[in-house]
Formats: sequence, structure tokens, C-alpha cells
Amino acid sequence: MEYEAVIGLETHVQLNTKSKMWCGCANAYGAAPNTQVCPVCLGLPGVLPVPNEEALRKTTLTGYLLNCEIPRFAKFDRKNYFYPDAPKNYQLTQYDKPTTANGFVEFEFQGGLARVRITRAHLEEDVGKSFHFDRNSGVDFNRAGVPLMEIVSEPDITSADMAYEYLNALKDILLYGGVSDCDMEKGMVRCDVNVSVRPVGTQELGAKIEIKNMNSFSGVRRALEYEIPRQIAVVKAGGKLIQSTRRWDDTTGITEEMRTKEHAHDYRYFPEPDMMPLAPTDEWLAEVRKLVVELPLARKQRFIREYSLPAPDAETFKNDVALGNYFEPLAKQSSNPKAVANWVINNLRAKLTELNEREKTEQSELGIEPADLQLTTLADLKFPPAALLELVGLVEAKTISNAAAQQVFAEMFATGKTPAAIVQEKGLAQVSDTGAIEKLCDEAIAASPGPVADYRAGKAAALNALKGYVMKLSKGKANPALAGEILERKLKG
Amino acid sequence: MAATDIDVKYVAHLARIGLTPDEEVKMSAHLAGILGYIEKLKELDVTGVEPTAHAVPMVNVLRPDVVRPSLAHEAAMSNAPAKANGLFLVPKIVE
Amino acid sequence: MLNQLTISELTSRLARRDISARELTQACLDQIARVDGTVHAFISHDPADALAQADAADHELAAGVTFAQKPLLGIPIAIKDVLAVKGHPLNCGSKILGKFISPYDATVIEKMKAAGAVVFGRLNMDEFAMGSSTETSAFGITRNPWDPSRIPGGSSGGSAAAVAADEAIATLGTDTGGSIRQPAALCGCVGLKPTYGRVSRYGLTAFASSLDQIGPFTKNIEDAARLLGVISGHDPKDSTSVAEPVPDYVAALDGQIRGLKLGLPKEYLIGGLDPEVKAAVDAAVKQYAALGAEIVDISLPHTDYAVATYYIVATAEASANLARFDGIRYGQRVDGADPIELYTRTRGAGFGAEVKRRIILGTYVLSSGYYDAYYLRAQKVRTLIRNDFLNAFKQVDAIITPTAPTAAFKIGEKSGDPLQMYLSDIFTISCNLAGISGISLPCGFTRSPKLPIGLQLLGQPFGEATLLKLAHAYEQSTPWHREKPAPIA
Ligand SMILES: [Zn+2]
Repeated sequence: MEYEAVIGLETHVQLNTKSKMWCGCANAYGAAPNTQVCPVCLGLPGVLPVPNEEALRKTTLTGYLLNCEIPRFAKFDRKNYFYPDAPKNYQLTQYDKPTTANGFVEFEFQGGLARVRITRAHLEEDVGKSFHFDRNSGVDFNRAGVPLMEIVSEPDITSADMAYEYLNALKDILLYGGVSDCDMEKGMVRCDVNVSVRPVGTQELGAKIEIKNMNSFSGVRRALEYEIPRQIAVVKAGGKLIQSTRRWDDTTGITEEMRTKEHAHDYRYFPEPDMMPLAPTDEWLAEVRKLVVELPLARKQRFIREYSLPAPDAETFKNDVALGNYFEPLAKQSSNPKAVANWVINNLRAKLTELNEREKTEQSELGIEPADLQLTTLADLKFPPAALLELVGLVEAKTISNAAAQQVFAEMFATGKTPAAIVQEKGLAQVSDTGAIEKLCDEAIAASPGPVADYRAGKAAALNALKGYVMKLSKGKANPALAGEILERKLKG
Repeated sequence: MAATDIDVKYVAHLARIGLTPDEEVKMSAHLAGILGYIEKLKELDVTGVEPTAHAVPMVNVLRPDVVRPSLAHEAAMSNAPAKANGLFLVPKIVE
Repeated sequence: MLNQLTISELTSRLARRDISARELTQACLDQIARVDGTVHAFISHDPADALAQADAADHELAAGVTFAQKPLLGIPIAIKDVLAVKGHPLNCGSKILGKFISPYDATVIEKMKAAGAVVFGRLNMDEFAMGSSTETSAFGITRNPWDPSRIPGGSSGGSAAAVAADEAIATLGTDTGGSIRQPAALCGCVGLKPTYGRVSRYGLTAFASSLDQIGPFTKNIEDAARLLGVISGHDPKDSTSVAEPVPDYVAALDGQIRGLKLGLPKEYLIGGLDPEVKAAVDAAVKQYAALGAEIVDISLPHTDYAVATYYIVATAEASANLARFDGIRYGQRVDGADPIELYTRTRGAGFGAEVKRRIILGTYVLSSGYYDAYYLRAQKVRTLIRNDFLNAFKQVDAIITPTAPTAAFKIGEKSGDPLQMYLSDIFTISCNLAGISGISLPCGFTRSPKLPIGLQLLGQPFGEATLLKLAHAYEQSTPWHREKPAPIA
């Protein structure tokens, strides 16, 4: 019998607000332990939570980006459980009336489009961070009360790869919407994975096994690559799976059942009496709607469609939003957006990366911390975007050769001079004067008996050597196409 | 909703309250009496009645996303029963 | 003696510089030294800190600061041990908080300090405000100044006893099901529970979040009006506080009650009502009629369900509110091999019997399989109770009832039977469920022993000005508020 996996993901995402969810403490990573805490987020006697409007706005925006409904009534509830990292020993969350519900995410998968339904994206609070020592543990509450959004998917995912692509698509959307920095290293995105297996063609779900607290997408993929065959093997061997929670061990690459001496959880949810319900108004929702951005997949598809880009170029612009934003206005003004894309991706990006690497080395030698590095960005370039357009135009018009254009670009990147000025200064204008090129071609044929013989013997590629010779003689200024035509005519004649 | 079937041991564990055997016995008796009294709510027909979570109804009470000063670290830790390296110490957490 | 005077009397004398804030504060401290060994209204107090505040007030008075600017300048006001005062202990009448010192001020404390009050003392209370007699405090019982063999009421027993015994000019307490009004009645002072949302709860250690309110205990109605004016108002730190303007409550005390309608609910004339209490309330009703108020018979049909509803809603909320007392970040820890053992031991040792009982009851009514039958149903009955009041207020301006079915009972008399204790709150509980305002004021005494009897007026949401006007008119036409308890005189 064939088995298939049924996978649902609960993804926890820290929102990038300035302050925490219920208090004015900074929502910032990396401070010394217990320095971003106050009576509210420490759960001292007598304190009360007041919800952060920006966190609610970002959750609602996420709802729009994930094609969700935004119910006109939502509320916060208390989820009761004792844990040292939970200052109140209840977590404030949205239990039965979340801020968003019933959406979906679409993404490219195995050459087509996949769709995973979203049950809900709701707002809650993060807990403190525990550190474990030999004989005890220690808790830092800086993270306690940071706004946390939980995005729950329907069990529409069928493989480890699909889970991986779903998570990446989700992350891209959240980055596009500016709702989270999604920095995995800083624990801003964490996943719980629910996975079961069933015989292909059946509808009934197998025992749900949860893998808790994964903090990398590749970890999720590897855990599923381990867990799915494990479950299938158990079932095939006639064993029975029971609902349980497992932990992924990233170093050994296996999942193992967690010791649960606890009774089954009984969270005793009830409506938070310290806060009032949420009933978003038309005006408020209209303001949030203005923040809706184009989704990554839509952008990629549009770039392919509108600018005739090959898929990899469009993918580059989807992933590097700033680069895409640099590209798009130029593409709109150019008759050859494809050529503009080439210049932006292959020359501009390469040069900028090279420069940034140099800056990193120089600055770290000066003892500057990685977080404080000052790197040149697209916004700080010495030349205006229009200059790149001008350069592409010069190549298009055959005023300069591609080789010359590389020189021009290097110069304008370094100095900010206009392409026209550089061409003038360096005498790089392409020679399209037939008479002059004919002379150079004769010279090349005379100096290269070998390639001439090869060409005549039927090796068409030998023409390139001769063309190269002509270009060299012209110091790169000869029109290469014209040189090719003339050489061909002379050799065949 | 039988009034006297409360499993005090289980509920006390949920609430993380240690009870002596004597306390458990007394607690069961008291709770049975109170729950018996509470049964009277069953007399009422509450079909179609909206629950009241807040006596003074309001919605959308929110705060702007503004950073305010936190407590000084020493003040934050001043009541800690056990602390080291800026952390609140607890017995080893075993998941 | 200065400590026997009211805020109104004292402010005029302080303004004239007849007396100093230091003399006044010292008079209260002397009274505490004299009587608190018997009354035990205070868990602790810091005389040096109180006198330092008094000296600061005297400096301000000397510098020309007026009572229009700081309406409580130099007035010693003591605080129930459930409200956070920066730099002072906060124990909530419980062992579990250990040596906790609050690093912050409750909003009402900030307001009192801004108004110039000398904020002092930690007043005894039932543990976590759970009780009606102040017998559940981990810091010993408080005795009724009118008869030290009797309870002062609760949970704000210390707040009521301190005012009755002239140990403070006024005090703050909290009321979740009658915890201000019932001890005020039993100790013969004025106690006001504001409308839910009128006063910020920030810094009030929550018992039941949707029911708790902070309010004043005073020697007369005018003082209650003054204090309410200071502590009321919207607070951005409390989502449930209401942005309703704060009227001039003192200005409302104009005696103009002719034509106001007072509702007399038939459901409050129950079997357990003590005949002397009934007679005193009947006489008060007659007095109101004589003052020109119109008495209207009304019905609050769901009254009989209030106690049951209350003990579900309040305990459920409390079970979560008190979860934070776990010995991790503060409080008295009893160590364990793992966190679960630490919690269980800490909470087993730190909480008293009544608190444990209510947490376990609240945990049970929220637990899987019982939520709908208990908690959700109670919330629906709460709607019916609230609607009873809102309907009544379509006909009347306020409702008149006894505050408690009996005068102060003997220490130990009800402590063995929690349900009987709960039922003694029968007249005060509905007010919290409905979120409306209520006040208790003296309306007579039992004959032997001589114990105070309280009259309760219940008002519309944000109807405090009308309540105070009605209460003031009655008070000014009767002698009760001028009587002082003989046993400690
Ligand atoms: Zn905070």
C-alpha cells in the first residue's frame, strides 16, 4: 500500500513593532537580560495589558496579504498553563475569535502553482527565553510580551519539500508586507509541525504527531524527511501511531518523543477581562488596506509578463526587492527591458556586491562591529538610474560595443560621470565606418593564417578569433557585427 | 454537571496547588456544598441571552506603538527569590 | 482631636495654617499607637515616611500651594494592602508575596500623591480580597472598633476599621462583591464603590478583573465626594477605564433631592434580614420620603441568582489572576526539584484555605467539559442581572436597600462555613455584576450591643453624583455619622 503525508504548520512570527504588545518596553533583540522589562511584562501584581495598535494593524495587514477574511469582531483570551518563561502563567492569545481567518497562500512548486489554505493568523504574546545550566535554568523576560503572530495552515501540505517552499513563500510575503523582519537567527520565526500519514486515496487522518519549536526552514524539511518515512515504516510494520509530541534534534537528524508526564493539556481558555474586544471599523480597515503590497509571486509573474524577462531574472527581482524596485522604473522607460535587467543583475549587482565585500573587510579591520557596518546601497550609488538607461541606449544604438560599455560602466560606478562624458573622454565610440573596418579586417586576415585556414576548412567558429583580432586592433571600438560580416565576405570571396 | 464529582486532586494539580490529604478532604466537602448551591443557575432559561464579559461595554481600546522606559535592571530583579547573571533562576526546566 | 476631623474641616484649618500637616499626621500615628493593638487595622506602617510626606506638604502650604491646586494637601490617607505603592510592601493579606516591595505606584496612588495626600500604611484585608470578615488575612484578624469581639466586615476590613477608629482621615479599599460597602456598613462609616471603569485598576492586585473597583472610605459623604473626584478618570494604562468626564462631586451635594425617585426592590426583603436592620432601613426610606424623594416599588427578578453567578465569574477570573504568584519572579518560594514541584509547594504553602478554595473552584468551572455549563452560563445570567438594573433605572434614579443582612457578626462565627459567608454578601454582589455604582452610609444602630447598620444606595452607571447627593441629604438630616465607637474611645 502507498502512503502519503498530511502536514499542517503553525508558524509563529514576531512582529517588528517598536514597543511590546501590552507595554512600552522596547521590542528589540539583543539587549542584556532583563533590561527591557517593566511591571507589565514581568507580570507583577496589579498590572494591566493595553494592546499595541500597530501590532493589530500588522496582523490585519497579514490577513489581507494571505487572502483572509477580517471578522468584524475579535477578542483576546487567556490560555492558562504554568511555565517559568510565562510571567502571568497564562498567555494572552486569540482563541475562538481571531483577527483574521480563512485565507490561502499560493506559491511555485514543482513547476506549477501550489495552494495552502490558511486557517487563521492571530495575535498573541511571546514568552521569555530560558537558558539551561547544569543544575538549574535561568529566565530572561526581555522577549516576554513581544507581539507574536501565529499563522495556522490547513493540513494541505503533502511533502517535506512542499513545507519548505510554503515557509519560504510565507516569509517572502511577511517581508513584503513589512510586518516582520523574519530573522531566523534571532528566533523571529518558529514553527510547530503537525504531520500524519494515511494510505493514498483515503480521507481519514492518521494520528497527529507534533514536532515542536523548529527554528529553521531547512530543519523543518529535514525533520519531515526523517519523520514521514518513520511513520510510514511503523504503519507498514503493522504498528500503531498515537497522538504525541516529538522534538527534532538537529545534530543527530532524528525526531524523538518528548517525555510528557503532564496530564493532557487543559488550557481553560476564557475571554480576557482586562481588555475590550476588537471591532475594526470601515475607516480603520480602509487605512490598513492602503498598506497592502503586491505579493512576491504576483510580482514575479508580472515581471515576466510585462518586461519579457526570463523566469530566473524575475525570480532575482522577486527575492531582491530593492534591486527589482531599481529595475522597474528603468524598464518602463526602455525599449529593451531584458537588456536593462541584464545590466542591473549582471553588472550593477555584481559591482555592488564586490564593493560591499571590500567595505566589510576595510571596516572590520577598523574594529567596527558587524551590526554597525556602513555599506553602500542602491540608494547611495554615485550615478543616477537614468545613467544606466543611457548606457543601455548607447549599446542598443551601437554607439559603443559591449566591451566598451563594460569600461564605461566601471567608470561611472566609480566616479558618477555620465556615460556620454566617459565615451567622449576615452574615445570609446564604436567605429561603424565600413572603409576603416575593411582595412582592419585585411590586416587581421594577413596576420592570422591559421584561423583563416581553419575557417576555410569549414570551422565556422574560427571566425571569432579573427573578429577578436579586429576588435583588438580597433581598441574595442569596431562594431563587432559589422566586422563579422566583412570578414565573412572577404574569406568566402 | 453533577455537583459532587469534582476531582480535587486533578483540579488542584491544574492550579499547581499542593494540598495535604486533610485539606483535600475538607476542600471536597466545601466545594460540593458550593457547587450544589450553584446548581440553581440551571433553573434559568438562558437561550438567546448574550454573555456579559464586561459590564461597561467598549471596543477597540488600544495604545499607540510608542516606546517608554523600562524598569532599571536592579529594580526588575529586586524581588527575585533567586538570581544570577541577570537571570531569574528556577529549578532545571525539563521539557 | 485632629484625627477625628473630616477632610473638609481639616483643609480649612490647614489652609489657615492653624494646624500643620505634621501635627495632623502625628495625631493619626498617635491614635494608631493607642488603638491598633486592639483593632489591628494596619499590617504595617512607616511613621517616618508619613511624617516626611507631611513635612513636604507643610512646605507646599508655606509656599502658597492651595487646596484648589492640591485638594488633599497634607491629609493622611491609608491604603489597603492590595494597592501598589512604590517602595512599600505589597502583600495582599497573604504570605505568598513574602518580602515583596512594589517598584511602581498604582494610578490611584499617583493621583493621591499629585493631590498632596500623605499616603501611608498597609491596611489589613482578607487574603487577596477573598472574604467578608478580614479573617482570612495571613497577618491576623482585624477587630470591629464598635465591638472588638466582632469582625469589621471584609474584605477591606482594615480600611473600614481604620476610619471608624480615627486612625486615618480616610482610606482606600477595593470592592469586588461588596468589599467596600459591607465593611463600611459594619464599621459605621461611608464606603463608595464607583461604577466599573470610573477609577483605574492599574496597580490594584486583581481578584476578579471584571468586578474589581477601588473606592474611598470616609467619615462623611462630603469627604467621599472629595476623594472620588481625585481618584476618578480615564487611565491609558487600564483598557477598562472609561473616558467619561469627572464631574464636581462636591458641588453635587446641594440637598436638592425633591422629586428624585428611589426604588425599593421587593427581592431584598428576604428571610435572613435581621429585624433591627430592616427597621433601620424602613426608617431611612420614610426619612427619604419626608425629604421629598419619591419611593417606588421595583423588582430585580434575578437577584436570587447573583451569589451563584458571582462565585463562578469571580473565582474563574481569580484562578488566572492568581497564577502569577508562583515564586519565580517574586514572592516567597518553596523550592522543588523541578518547576512543577516548586509551584505546587510554593502555592500550597503560600495561599490560605479560602484562596485555595476559590482558585480550585475557578479552575474547575473553566476546565475542559465544564466551561459551558458553568462559566458561559454564569456570563449569560450576568446579562440578565445587569438588565434587571438597567430596566429599573428607567423608572428610578437610585435603588435603596440594606447593605448587609445583619450587623457585624462574631469573630469565627461563619468562618467554618464558606457558603454562609458568601451569602452574607447577598445585597452587595449584584452591583459588581451589573458594573453600577453603590454606596453604604450609616443609618442607625442595633440596640444591644450597639453596632452600626448600613444603608445601601445603588446608582446608575456613572451616576455617582446623584448617589452622593441622595446620601448627603439623608446624612445631613440624621445623627448617625457623628457617633464614635465607645470601646476604643
Ligand atoms: Zn514591559
